[in-house]
Amino acid sequence: MSELFSLFNYWVVVFLMMCGFYTVIASGNLVKKIIGLNIFQTSVFIMYISVGKVTDGTAPIVSADFSVYSNPLPHVLILTAIVVGVATTALGLSLVSRIKDAYGSVEDDEILDADSDERGSK
Amino acid sequence: MIAHLPALVVLVPLLAAPICFIFSRSPAIGWVITVVSSWVSFAIACVMAVTLLNGGEIQYVFGGWAPPWGIEYVVDQLNLLVVLVVTGVAAVIFPATLKSVRPEVASHQLPLFFVSLLLCFSGLLGIAVTGDAFNLFVFLEISSLSTYTLISMGKDRRALTAAFNYLIMGTIGATFILIAVGILYMLTGTLNMADLAVRLPSLGDSRALQVAFAFTIVGVGLKLAMFPLHLWLPNAYAYAPSAVSAFIAATATKVAVYVMIRFLYSIFGAEFSFSEIFVQWLLLPVSVCAILFTSVVALFQHDVKRLLAYSSVAQIGYMLLGIALVNQTGLAAALIHLFNHALMKGALFLAVAAMVFRVGSSHVDQLRGIGRKMPWTSAAFVAGGLSIIGVPATVGFVSKWYLVLAAIENGWWWMAAIVLVASLIAVVYIWRIVELAYFADSEASETEVKEAPLIILIPIWMLVASNFYFGIHSSVVTRFAEGAAAMLWGQG
Repeated sequence: MSELFSLFNYWVVVFLMMCGFYTVIASGNLVKKIIGLNIFQTSVFIMYISVGKVTDGTAPIVSADFSVYSNPLPHVLILTAIVVGVATTALGLSLVSRIKDAYGSVEDDEILDADSDERGSK
Repeated sequence: MIAHLPALVVLVPLLAAPICFIFSRSPAIGWVITVVSSWVSFAIACVMAVTLLNGGEIQYVFGGWAPPWGIEYVVDQLNLLVVLVVTGVAAVIFPATLKSVRPEVASHQLPLFFVSLLLCFSGLLGIAVTGDAFNLFVFLEISSLSTYTLISMGKDRRALTAAFNYLIMGTIGATFILIAVGILYMLTGTLNMADLAVRLPSLGDSRALQVAFAFTIVGVGLKLAMFPLHLWLPNAYAYAPSAVSAFIAATATKVAVYVMIRFLYSIFGAEFSFSEIFVQWLLLPVSVCAILFTSVVALFQHDVKRLLAYSSVAQIGYMLLGIALVNQTGLAAALIHLFNHALMKGALFLAVAAMVFRVGSSHVDQLRGIGRKMPWTSAAFVAGGLSIIGVPATVGFVSKWYLVLAAIENGWWWMAAIVLVASLIAVVYIWRIVELAYFADSEASETEVKEAPLIILIPIWMLVASNFYFGIHSSVVTRFAEGAAAMLWGQG
């Protein structure tokens, strides 16, 4: 039981990851897909950030009073990954808005129908 | 000076992109900047090739931080081959882009088109030269995000949904790679590839390591369109602007294959990948399915770009097959095919781009009798097709020769037979187009179709010529591929 609890950051990560992943796969709404993708990515960010914690460590600012510091590297890495995540979400949503202009819908099945209608009429 | 080249080859297009953006009022200036930076990168790659002719590596350390801590760029014979492919194909294709995409991309997007193209180009090069696992992820996303943008610029509205689906699949793949890199960092405390390679074997039988391995294979598999994960690829290549299809078909998946090889052989090590995880028993059926199944699917396509896209998935199957044979010849075959396939698909897609430029569509019905109207372009398509089939004196023959040799080295005659059967299927799908182009009656069309402009025709024929040049003087490529294969097996 204690092992279960000591790994709780991973439980949070896996729960979020599966929520996001499920939304991407199961949702027919393109906006929801992008948001699911964002949650999926965020879970990985949390995984990185949580492992940077060092027990009894303090903020990684060099000081004579402390000898144990948290590991700042995962945080820095994730700063980059967050930028990538924001860019992906922004690009995804702008694609959705262009799809809305072109098809008049953001639902997966309606877009598929619109394309097959077009093919049928040709 | 030589020591700075690995960084410069990436930085030239990366810095050219914002300059291109500043001049974003004029597509012509953007085009000139794009072309010049691709030529500079290619020149740098050639200088590195001369330096590394007999093995060795060029190392560049960023900001003076010594390797396991800082980010380093390392170029050895393996990634040099990839850098040569990417810069070479870019240097040939980019001059044709402005003319070719004008009818396809909305004019207000045209300047930004070149910015995206440069970012994609530098991202692909960054993946190839970096020696840092996290840096690889960053460049992967730079190239992917710009590729989504490029694809969405296609004139058909289905380009938007194709780009969207690729964005979803690509981001899942990249995030999987991010998870794998994170687990590796937790296990070893390092992100440097060479350092990872040293530290991972001492971990022994670790569940976390196996999980990281699985995430890597699936993540990279999505990026390189490994057989069941290839669903994003046909639409993306079919609806992207034609010149973009030519560039990404020739380079993007090849770079992903390189990443696969780098992770399997250098980082995890051949010992772990093939003797403990037995990844070849995953790659083997997957590659055989890709070779046979998608070749057959290609037979039934009504759009030439889609046909070539399915053929690409099959050709990627050959590369994975080379890896899955688990011998040095097989790895060399994968690397040789990586190089050669870029040349053939570059030529084929660019020939189709020229047809789309004149005809306005790549649907097979529209291309009836094209061989009489655009003789030079169609001849180039036939030549590229011969190379895909693997006719002697083309690069396709060299690849298949090595692949069959590697299969026989394992005593797998049936595998050699599969490679030959798939080549026969390729004969059929290429012949279908050839028949339409030369023997079918052309439809009466209101617009007169004439030969493609020289600015597109010359790049096509340069790629075709390279197909024959490297098919006859194959030692130029095989030398690097065999050197790289020997180096990777030496480490394993």
